[in-house]
Amino acid sequence: MNIEIMKKDTSKINPLENEAIYIIREVAAQFEKPVLLFSGGKDSITLVRLAQKAFYPAKIPFPLMHIDTGHNFPETIAFRDKLVKELGLELIVRNVQDSINAGKVKEESGKYASRNSLQTTTLLDAIEEFKFDACIGGARRDEEKARAKERVFSVRDDFGQWDEKNQRPELFDMLNGQIHLGQNVRVFPISNWTELDVWSYIERENIEIPSIYFAHTRATFLRDGLIWSSDDDVVYRDKDEVVEERVVRFRTVGDMSCTAAVLSEAADIASVVQEIRNSTISERGARIDDKRSEAAMEKRKQQGYF
Amino acid sequence: MERRLGRTMKVLKIATAGSVDDGKSTLIGRILYDTKSLSSDKLDAIKKTSQQRGYDYLDFSLATDGLVAEREQGITIDVAHIYFSTPTKSYIIADTPGHVEYTRNMVTGASTSQAAIILIDARKGVIEQTNRHFFINNLLRIKEVIVAINKMDLVDFSEAVYNKIKADFEALTKKRDYKEQHITFIPVSALKGDNVVHASENMPWYKGQTLLEHFEVLDTEDVYNAGTPRFPVQYVVRPKTEEFHDFRGYAGKVYGGDLSVGDDIVVLPSQTKSKIKEIFVYDESYQTASRRSSVTITLEDDINVSRGDMLVKADNLPTVDKQFTATISWMDSQSLVAGNKYVLQHGVNKVLAKVEIIHHKIHPDYSGIEKNIQALGMNDIASVSFKLNKPIFFDPFKSHRTNGSFILIDSQSNNTVGAGFIQ
Ligand SMILES: Nc1nc2c(ncn2[C@@H]2O[C@H](COP(=O)(O)OP(=O)(O)O)[C@@H](O)[C@H]2O)c(=O)[nH]1
Repeated sequence: MNIEIMKKDTSKINPLENEAIYIIREVAAQFEKPVLLFSGGKDSITLVRLAQKAFYPAKIPFPLMHIDTGHNFPETIAFRDKLVKELGLELIVRNVQDSINAGKVKEESGKYASRNSLQTTTLLDAIEEFKFDACIGGARRDEEKARAKERVFSVRDDFGQWDEKNQRPELFDMLNGQIHLGQNVRVFPISNWTELDVWSYIERENIEIPSIYFAHTRATFLRDGLIWSSDDDVVYRDKDEVVEERVVRFRTVGDMSCTAAVLSEAADIASVVQEIRNSTISERGARIDDKRSEAAMEKRKQQGYF
Repeated sequence: MERRLGRTMKVLKIATAGSVDDGKSTLIGRILYDTKSLSSDKLDAIKKTSQQRGYDYLDFSLATDGLVAEREQGITIDVAHIYFSTPTKSYIIADTPGHVEYTRNMVTGASTSQAAIILIDARKGVIEQTNRHFFINNLLRIKEVIVAINKMDLVDFSEAVYNKIKADFEALTKKRDYKEQHITFIPVSALKGDNVVHASENMPWYKGQTLLEHFEVLDTEDVYNAGTPRFPVQYVVRPKTEEFHDFRGYAGKVYGGDLSVGDDIVVLPSQTKSKIKEIFVYDESYQTASRRSSVTITLEDDINVSRGDMLVKADNLPTVDKQFTATISWMDSQSLVAGNKYVLQHGVNKVLAKVEIIHHKIHPDYSGIEKNIQALGMNDIASVSFKLNKPIFFDPFKSHRTNGSFILIDSQSNNTVGAGFIQ
C-alpha cells in the first residue's frame, strides 16, 4: 500500500451525501414496507444513486414506484426502464389513466389542463394497495416556500394529508419514524440540497440522466413567455400559436403538458452546471401550475400531493 | 469507476433568533438579495407585493415568510429552511421564531446548527427575549454566535449605542455555562444593507467583518465540537450474493472523532472486542472514516452486531448506564409528570424510560431555577432524572453533542415530545 492510500480518509465527501445516506438507511431500518417514488427526473435518479451507496454491496432493499401521468416524455420512460434493468431493481408502475378510467378523478380541460394534481389519487391508492409505510421522494426545501418547512420524515394521515401546524420537531440527526396503523411517512433525503447541489453531484458522480435535460432542437411554441413542446398532442395549443424550431432543454421532466422548456445551448453536464450557476430563474418558474397561484403548492400538499 | 475530484463542499448551518419585528426576515432576505440568491421570478414577486402594499422599499421579509396560515397571522410559526451559496460555501439557515412560546422551535433549529445569529433591535437593546435566545444557543452548545445589532440606521449609526448594547450583552455572557462559545458583535442595517454582505459606509468606526465575511472564513470542520469517536450501528448490510457471500458490514455515521482500519474497538452492549478490518463508502475503501461521514465498516471477527449497538475505541468507552439526569426541553401540550413512561431514542437506539424525579425548572432567561415542580408544560426547560429498561451508551452532552442527546417519544401519540441533554 502506498502512502496516498494509507492517508485516504472520508473527510472530503460531500456532507449532503452523508446526510442523505444516513436518512435512507434510517428508512430501511425503521419501516417495514418502504418504497422509492421514482419520476424519472434528475432528483429521483440522484436518490437511486444515494440508495445504491447506502446499501452497497447489497441491493437497494425496497422497490421503486412510478406514478405515471401518461404524459411523460418518451425519453424519460425509456431511461427509467433501462436504469431499473441495469440495477436489477423492482419497479412498480401505477397509471393516472387507470384512475381516470375508474372514474376516481376527472381529466382537466382547457388551455392549462394538466395531470399533475391528478397524480395524488393514484399515489394514495397505490400506497393503500401495497401498504407502503414510507415513501422516499426527491423533493427539496429550496423548491418552494411551502416546502421550506417540510420535515425530513413527514407524517401523513390515512388521507395523505399534511398538517403543517402539527409537525414533529426534528432534533440533531434523530428521526422518529413511529406511526399509527394507516399512517405513512414521506421521506425527503435531499431536503437540504439545492438545484445546483443536485446538478453538481450528478456531474461529479457521472450519473446518467435522460437526454431531454440537455440542449436539443425541438418544435416549440410560445405562451405566456414560456416555451412549450409542440411535438406531442398532450400539450394543448391554440391555432394562432406558431410552431417554431428552437434549441432548448428541460430543467424538470414532469407532466409534459405543464413543463416548459428553456432556451439553452448546454449540451453536456458541465455546461448545464455552469448554466444553473449563472441562472436567475428558479426551476419552478418553468412549471406552469405553480404559477397559477402562490399558495398552489401548499394547497396541493394538504391534499396529499407529494 | 471514474469520478471527478471536485473541490470539497462546505456546508454551514446557521440558526437565527430574534423577537418579532427585530428584522429577522428582512435580514435573511437581504442576505439572499446581496448574494444574488433570489431568482428573478422571486424578486419580481417581492417587487410586486411590496408595491401592492404601498411600500417605498423592497420588503425582503417576503422572501422567507412562507405558509398561508402564517401569512394570515403575519408571523413565522415554525422552523423554515433557507438556502444560498457563495463560491466557497453552501449555507442553510434554520429560521426559528423568537416568541416566548416557541422555545421548542428554537431548540429544534439550534440542534442542527453550528452557528447562530442573535438579532437585537438597536433601539431596544438587550431585552428579556435576548436572554432567552442566548440561553438556548448556549444550552445547545452552538460554537459560533453572531450578535447582530440591527436597525442601526434608526439610531444614526451611533457607535455609543452599539457599545452600550455590546457591554450589556457581555454582562449576560458571564452567566453562561458553555464558556468556549465564540461571540462576535456586528452593527447592521438589514433594511439598508449595512454590514450584512457589504461593508457599511455609514459606520466607519466599525473595523470588523461583515456578517457574511465572518461566515465565509469560518472553518466548517472546526465548528463541530470534537469529542471521542462513536459509531452507532444503523443498519447491518448482508448482501447474501455469490460475490459477497460472507460479507457482513455495519452501516452508520461516525460522530465525534475518526475511526481507522486497524483500530481496536469494543462493541456495546456485548463488550466484545475486535478490530476494524475495512471502511467503505460505496465501492471505495478508505483508511479512515472521518467524523460525520456515512460509512460501512467490517470487523476482523465474525461477531453478532445489530442496529442500536455501538462501536467505540477500546481505549475510550462511554458511560453505560440505566439511569441518568438530563436537562429536558419539553415540547408537547401534554405535561411531563414524574412516573410517566416514554420511548427514549438515543441516536438510533430506542429504550423505554421512566421519569423518576423532576429536580427543578430552569428559567431560560438566566433568572434562576424553580423547585418543587409537579409537571412540565410546553416550552419548559428542566432538570429531570430517568430510569431505563436497558442501559444506553452515552457521554455527557458537554463533551459530546451527539452521544449526549436524546429525544422522548410518546408511545400513544407517537409524537416527539421532548429533547434531552445528558448532564
Ligand atoms: N429602519 C430599519 N427597519 C428595519 C430594519 N430591519 C427590519 N426593519 C423593519 O422592521 C420591521 C420588522 O421586520 P421583519 O423582518 O418583518 O421582522 P421579523 O419579525 O424579525 O422577521 C419591518 O417593517 C422592517 O422593514 C433595519 O435595519 N432598519
